[in-house]
Amino acid sequence: MNEMMMPKPKKKKVVHFNQVKPVTNHIFNLLFLIISLLCLLPIVFVFMISISSEASLAVNGYRLIPETFSLLAYKFLWNERSMLFNALKVSVFVTFVGTMLGVFLTTTMGYVLSRPGYRLKTFFSYVVFIPMIFNGGMAANYVIVANVLGLRNNILALILPLAVNSFNVIICKTFFKTTIPDALIESAKIDGASQLRIFAQIVLPISKPVVATIGLFLAFNYWNDWFQSSLYISDRNLISLQALLNNILMNIQYLANNPSAGLSLVQYKNQMPSESVRMAIAIVIAVPIACVYPFLQKYFISGLTVGAIKG
Amino acid sequence: MFGLLIAFKSYKISPGHGFLYSLFKSDWVGFRNFSFFVKSNAFSMLLRNTVLYNLVFIILGMLIPVTLAIMISQIYNRFSKKAYQTMMVLPHFLSWVVASYFVYAFLRPDKGLANIVLQALGRESIQWYSSPQYWPFILVITQVWKTVGYSMVVYLAGITSIDRSLYEAAVIDGASKRQQARYITLPSIKPLVIMMFILNVGKIFYSDFGLFYQVTQRIPNSLYNTVSTFDTYIFAALQSNTPIGQTAAAALFQAVACCITILLVNYIVSKLDKDSAII
Repeated sequence: MNEMMMPKPKKKKVVHFNQVKPVTNHIFNLLFLIISLLCLLPIVFVFMISISSEASLAVNGYRLIPETFSLLAYKFLWNERSMLFNALKVSVFVTFVGTMLGVFLTTTMGYVLSRPGYRLKTFFSYVVFIPMIFNGGMAANYVIVANVLGLRNNILALILPLAVNSFNVIICKTFFKTTIPDALIESAKIDGASQLRIFAQIVLPISKPVVATIGLFLAFNYWNDWFQSSLYISDRNLISLQALLNNILMNIQYLANNPSAGLSLVQYKNQMPSESVRMAIAIVIAVPIACVYPFLQKYFISGLTVGAIKG
Repeated sequence: MFGLLIAFKSYKISPGHGFLYSLFKSDWVGFRNFSFFVKSNAFSMLLRNTVLYNLVFIILGMLIPVTLAIMISQIYNRFSKKAYQTMMVLPHFLSWVVASYFVYAFLRPDKGLANIVLQALGRESIQWYSSPQYWPFILVITQVWKTVGYSMVVYLAGITSIDRSLYEAAVIDGASKRQQARYITLPSIKPLVIMMFILNVGKIFYSDFGLFYQVTQRIPNSLYNTVSTFDTYIFAALQSNTPIGQTAAAALFQAVACCITILLVNYIVSKLDKDSAII
């Protein structure tokens, strides 16, 4: 211990109390560096493909470092921007409205369930809890959304099914229960505040972390969702970015169905850098998340910790 | 949930009326839709695939992230710790559609990186998307790639909340790093691990639809028997003309089986260790 605590010459790191040996530290660092790079590699690889020229792709196949670079794929996407922007609009709209709605419904539900005086509390707790271990599954959901509610080709079909999730409600309920003192709410009541006012002006402002976390989860879910779209949407105007990517996967001509610039369909297909375009779209979708996520990581981790508390 | 009714019905469209009217007009068929599904050829294959894949995912999803979480908690430099976490969690936030492109870039038969490497090594290239024998590995690797960072962060959050004084006491008692991990860290995160375990086992009859459907490029015929799961089966049935009652029956079977499993596992866990059960 004594020699561990002793100050060492300047350049060497001081070994602090109860740390692994420097050698182990280096090995761990190396290991995690490799794993991290493995996690990033596919993204970099796909990006490289998207900026390779079509000719070098045809000759060499997919290479990590292409022989010749070209931005043709992105140029092509830019020319097709009407469709892409439309899909982007749908994605952004669904993500925004869905997240707002989801956060509103989840927090209100969680708040109500966290209040001890609420009469239907037990009943609604079961309503929330049962779907966590038993739910109707894909087919029943499909029947409800498509047939009972009649939401086929309706943008609501992309929003409603994902808005509320039992797990999020329980995270919220646990958070409200453990962090908001009853006395605070009682005193607000005595001051004559209505329930809604207590919720909006007292509970929500001190619950920012959990709101941020749930908003984050919801937003990523909405942004990444292609599944609802593939079930319910066939209208080209309501295709989201993910669904667009999903459609192009099989059929790159999907983009080319209404060629611009007065070319015939065949000409248009021939001049399309189809290989790199697919990858370019994947990059276009992945990049916003990769850019936004690191800044929100704090909330994300705090949310996980809240969620890990037994509810 | 209400849509479950349809599983017990032989759904017929009554012309000129809405869906609900038709539903209530349709004949009750009891469990015939279920027995049809259970007796079908696909059933045992679907059951085997779904359960086996999930078992592998659950076991690997416990061992690898816990080990990594303990290791990363020992790294000195805070900044690099954060950086590793950020990079490793990133795949979790990409959709399966995007992930399937990544896999495609590696496995594409004529141009993919895997075959280019194989050729450079003087081997024959492999038609990945029509060789079922490789797919269990590919799917497992992809799944681990996508989920490992996320689970690691969950466990790391558990580890960082352990009381430091426990370790200090252990050091004074002369415990080695390995002993600390074995006798302090692991027992401390045990409830968390068990909770994740129960939640995952509860989903054992469900599969990550995106993984099986997108990553395989929508399940080509040659891979059908290796990569089909209940979810892909139901999805395919929804898209085709299969009577909706039978599809719903398949889905309900899944739900009931899962519900029983989760209650059972929870019961066993509560017998072994009272505090760890979640219900």
